[in-house]
Amino acid sequence: MDEYLKNVLYIDLSRKKFWIEDRRNLFEEYLGGVGVASKILLEECPKNANPFGPENVIVFAVGPLNGLFPLASKTVACFKSPLTKFYGESHAGGRSAVAIRQAGYGAIVIKGESETPVYVAVHGKNVLFRDASALWGLRNSITVGRVLREIEGGAGVRTIMRIGVAGENLVTYASVNTETYRHFGRLGLGAVFGSKKLKALVVSGKMTIPVSNAREYRELYDKIYMTSIKSSVMRKYHDLGTASNIIPLNTIHALPSKNLKESSFEYAENISGERLAEKYLGRRVACAHCPVACIHLASLREPYITEPYFYKTTMISYDHELLYSLGSMIGVRDAEGVLKLIDEVEKWGIDAMMTGTVLAWMTEAYERGVVGESETLGLKLEWGSVGTYIKAIEYIVKRNNEFYKAASEGLDALSSRYGGKEFALSYGGNGMPGYHTGPGTHITYLTGARHSHLDSAGYSLDQETLKGKQLSEKEIAEKLFHEESWRQILSSLVVCFFSRGIYTPEIVCDALNILGYNFNEEELKRLGKKILRNKNDFREREGFNILDQKFPKRIFETPTPFGILEEKTLYESVKEFCNLLKDHS
Amino acid sequence: MVKRLSVLDANRCTGCQSCMFACSRRFGVGGLAHSAIHVRSVGGIEHGFVVIVCRACPNPPCAKVCPVDALKVREGGGVILDATKCIGCGFCAKSCPYGAIFWNEKENKPNICVYCGYCARYCPHDVIALEEVGEKIWTST
Repeated sequence: MDEYLKNVLYIDLSRKKFWIEDRRNLFEEYLGGVGVASKILLEECPKNANPFGPENVIVFAVGPLNGLFPLASKTVACFKSPLTKFYGESHAGGRSAVAIRQAGYGAIVIKGESETPVYVAVHGKNVLFRDASALWGLRNSITVGRVLREIEGGAGVRTIMRIGVAGENLVTYASVNTETYRHFGRLGLGAVFGSKKLKALVVSGKMTIPVSNAREYRELYDKIYMTSIKSSVMRKYHDLGTASNIIPLNTIHALPSKNLKESSFEYAENISGERLAEKYLGRRVACAHCPVACIHLASLREPYITEPYFYKTTMISYDHELLYSLGSMIGVRDAEGVLKLIDEVEKWGIDAMMTGTVLAWMTEAYERGVVGESETLGLKLEWGSVGTYIKAIEYIVKRNNEFYKAASEGLDALSSRYGGKEFALSYGGNGMPGYHTGPGTHITYLTGARHSHLDSAGYSLDQETLKGKQLSEKEIAEKLFHEESWRQILSSLVVCFFSRGIYTPEIVCDALNILGYNFNEEELKRLGKKILRNKNDFREREGFNILDQKFPKRIFETPTPFGILEEKTLYESVKEFCNLLKDHS
Repeated sequence: MVKRLSVLDANRCTGCQSCMFACSRRFGVGGLAHSAIHVRSVGGIEHGFVVIVCRACPNPPCAKVCPVDALKVREGGGVILDATKCIGCGFCAKSCPYGAIFWNEKENKPNICVYCGYCARYCPHDVIALEEVGEKIWTST
């Protein structure tokens, strides 16, 4: 291991102190990324901690491959989630991973809470607590980035992580924006920032990461680099981006629409990756050290109604999950409408996926008369009503009345207060992602450590199974368990999940061995399971039990590509998954 | 003819910084401390990127201000650094109007482009290329 990765920077916002600890053993045992961050969370965050209390901690961690190999572009954040009240983990790219590694750290731990708004600037060994009172309450989180860009150094080699008003107001699914277009989106990291009065974290650095065998390093680098730019493995991500999923998912009836009352959307083509690329794609950009450039920016040109020949043009990033959550899920019929809503969630700094599922629940609740205009403050929430949704998002962020306050706390808060649990698409409190592909995806949402589609990628398993033979409940559980375990290694290195086809166990072993680690494939797979179990230990310590979790009723009413799902068999798989997770042999 | 690096079209740049990593990797190391090429946004990623690299000036200001003649003017344009002479004063970096001389903080020496073109081999989008001096007029920065 190099001399920098082992350094953990601790920042105490209460006392405005910082110190660096040598955690070599931790990084040797757990590599970095999620392996290290989840372990530090277990150490630092006491049992039953209030997610908004000074006792909650935020851990950012990178791993041995960041700054050295292409596609190692991600940072992992661990914290106690204010949304699910259990384990919180969120990943982001941008320049965050390279910046933290280049500043000379393997992890940054943020503790305590400040009395007044602050932002913290970490430029290598210099750590500065700066007043952020003047930035607090700024309506647009993009502006926060603009201001900090001007006053902080390190252009090109820095990350500017910041929150918007949603984070300040403790909306439980507020996000942290980094480099304008990437996010620690899920599970409410933005609100944890807000509770600590932390407006932003700027990190920069530029240093040498030594490698013992230069020739082997360059050879393996070239192999990975060439695969990433030449092979078809990555084409999907750089051509249309993840937005290319919309049409195929719609065709097989797996695209959640109108709060999953339907699994296909009549206007899917209007919000497809193809349509966006043809009419709106303005630029493609990349995370630092990623030659793929999957970030697609739409250029939206809008006239000012009050003045002729006066326009504004906004660059808005889109992905499959946003086109689903702020598109098909709430019945938005055209790309322009979706882009306006994406821009809105960016400004406020709020998780787009969670916002979409909350708006979807609100619309159905309004449609059924579960809530009326006295709750919605006069808003007529109808499918596809973009202008109304823009107002509703503002009311949620500002928590304008009891109804919007509940909405700012999430789907579970809404359905426990107003009813309608059967159509609240919540998994442990987290809103459903954009795949209704079959049993696998829903088992992933329920069992995954962070209730994310990316935990064990059941959506991918479903689509493979559709082409091949049917799997038993046990086989599904086994496949998902092994996938989620292996992904702990990828997110400890930390490489982007999109490069999972490139970073095979063999390549990962080769890369680690060049860097002086001694791992074989078996040992790595065992480590993956250990990390997954550590994560589970945290949520169980906080009182979570997978077997208590319930699938939303709605998923058994709307056909998937496999037809209507059977409740009993899904719970069978969950039980099997739980056995695997608990089997420490 | 001598060669230099040319920015063919910065509008194609996605900001992946593979070129910057390549430049440091020439020395068999990771990170960016040795890089003599820099990519940053034009005041925010929404506006695209600038690629900053030595243009191999025929009459380079960096060589003129070096108090110890550590920078020799290369025939045909550009400079060659003699690191043994360099005292780390930083005048060269300050004199370059393009800001194309970067600083290695640890060694307290400038990172001077050697016009090898290694970075260009890792540009996935044909933003930069090694060209003969005078071969082409730069289209953009």
